Amino acid sequence: MIRSHKTKIGDWIIVAICLIIILVCLLPLLTVFARSLSSADALIKNKVLLWPVEFNLDAYKTVLGDSKYVWALLWTAILTVIATLTSMFMTTICAYPLIFDSLKGRKFLNAFIILTMYFNAGTIPNYLLLKDLDMLNKPMVLVIPGALSVFNMIIMRSFFYGIPVSLRESAQIDGAGFIQILLKIYMPLSKPVFATLALFYAVGRWNGFSDALMYMNNRRYYPIQLLLYNILNNIMQVEVASQEGFTMPGMSETLKAATVMIATIPILIVYPFLQKYFISGVTLGAIKE
Amino acid sequence: MEHKKSAAFSKKMRSMKNYMKRHWTLYLLLMLPITYFIIFKYIPMAYIQIAFKEFSIVQSVWEMEWADNNGFEYFLKAFSNRDFLYALRNTLMLNLLDLIVGFPAPIILAILLNELAFKKFKRITQTIVYMPHFLSWIIISGLALQLFAPTNGFVNIFIQKLGFESIPFLNSSFHWVWTYVFLGIWQSVGWNTIIYLAAITGINPEQYEAASVDGASRLRKIWHITLPGIKSTIIILLILSLGRILGSEFDRPYALGNMLVSDVSNVIATFVYTNGIRGLQFSLTTAVGLFQSVIGVIFIFGANSLARRFGERGIW
Repeated sequence: MIRSHKTKIGDWIIVAICLIIILVCLLPLLTVFARSLSSADALIKNKVLLWPVEFNLDAYKTVLGDSKYVWALLWTAILTVIATLTSMFMTTICAYPLIFDSLKGRKFLNAFIILTMYFNAGTIPNYLLLKDLDMLNKPMVLVIPGALSVFNMIIMRSFFYGIPVSLRESAQIDGAGFIQILLKIYMPLSKPVFATLALFYAVGRWNGFSDALMYMNNRRYYPIQLLLYNILNNIMQVEVASQEGFTMPGMSETLKAATVMIATIPILIVYPFLQKYFISGVTLGAIKE
Repeated sequence: MEHKKSAAFSKKMRSMKNYMKRHWTLYLLLMLPITYFIIFKYIPMAYIQIAFKEFSIVQSVWEMEWADNNGFEYFLKAFSNRDFLYALRNTLMLNLLDLIVGFPAPIILAILLNELAFKKFKRITQTIVYMPHFLSWIIISGLALQLFAPTNGFVNIFIQKLGFESIPFLNSSFHWVWTYVFLGIWQSVGWNTIIYLAAITGINPEQYEAASVDGASRLRKIWHITLPGIKSTIIILLILSLGRILGSEFDRPYALGNMLVSDVSNVIATFVYTNGIRGLQFSLTTAVGLFQSVIGVIFIFGANSLARRFGERGIW
């Protein structure tokens, strides 16, 4: 009796610790969200903690009225869709053939691919290659060099390995070719891993900025993160703000808060729905061959 | 004799032809990925020779002149370059702090989550702690700039209310280092629990039941069952982290750093970017990158064989 009572207290202590952890996780987002919805005046008077003070949507109106920012959002969304589709295609056609024992040279191909995970030529050789290929400053430089992640390919391959061989063997007896087997058997059964990897690729592209920083000088094709970096570091300003001469102190802070929130919201909406998939995806990635 | 040989050869050809007839689609599928790896992963390796040569825009990599000191001129230059030595020190320092402070964090959190008695609450907690992993470092730097703003940020408002001086979290070198480490944990701790939680799931529940019957306390069960149960996972992840000790992320220090803290925020990756792509010192920065890659490979192999020596299975 006494023991079960003790366990109960222990349970509540753990819940309390977890609540603190949740608060720490959410605190930065909550405070920035509150700041984005507060007046500049309240902000510089140190009044804004986790709740908006003098609630208004001015910062959002200003940011979403900035054609540069809205275009960057739209462009990054387009880019994310294109990059995710390209990457999923490449990952599938790379992972699928490698699961067949009968594939001659499979050992060599595996080693050839895995090696690139452990040894990378480095930033400058990659940059100079893209320069020689004349890909710099072209939109495709944000899609093609990162089109295939070996790590993700291994996750997909592990998932394919988990599909019973008997399924494809019976299809082969019925005269199905390799591509038919991929389309009719493997892809329909692989929805969880496809969802996971599409999420990884999409988040990677939506969040990526270092490739744009290095390879893209054309401001028109700046993805949202690079624009955000420039705004946060005062390299660029939200257009309307500079035009109308917002000299009010604190205004730039609320604007920055709003730019950060707008770029974050798409991700916050998407990832919880895919949780049950990505957990299994991460676990698969950890399995060694 | 000749005839026999050619017969055997033609038989081999025929079986090869048969094989290709059946398997050509698989090779067709692989063509694009393999081309990708050759162009974007292997051809850049030829450019590594720039590290040993005098870079010139008008010449191809193969035509460039060899650098002095048997080609090692730029390695020597790197090690007499003050900025590089700082970057090297900072890379090691930040990675080491990440390892010491950050490595145990997900283990503790995973055990905590596993002990949660309320399933629904556990799920919600997991969803929330995974969230920071999905934010870019630019966004996190935006959040940090606001959260830690010197006077009107949430944290400093509190500190001031408690009667202390506000703390320059992102603007003084000492505080910046700890903010960097803390934000790293904040971003990754939840995500890194996934693998430990999976390992914990693999532990036989009968062990816990038997321990309960013997009257073992919660802490004793964690110490004697959970931790030994995930030991090999811990060791493998430790190896991977050790292998990355000289590896450097670009996004995180670049996004969080600023002029005031550049003495601690410049790491090898940012050094290569500023001096290479911006500064056009291609030979020097290629040499630095090569140095980093080679040390990285040595470390990961070293850590792996070390693990094997301790009787663990290693990562390959």
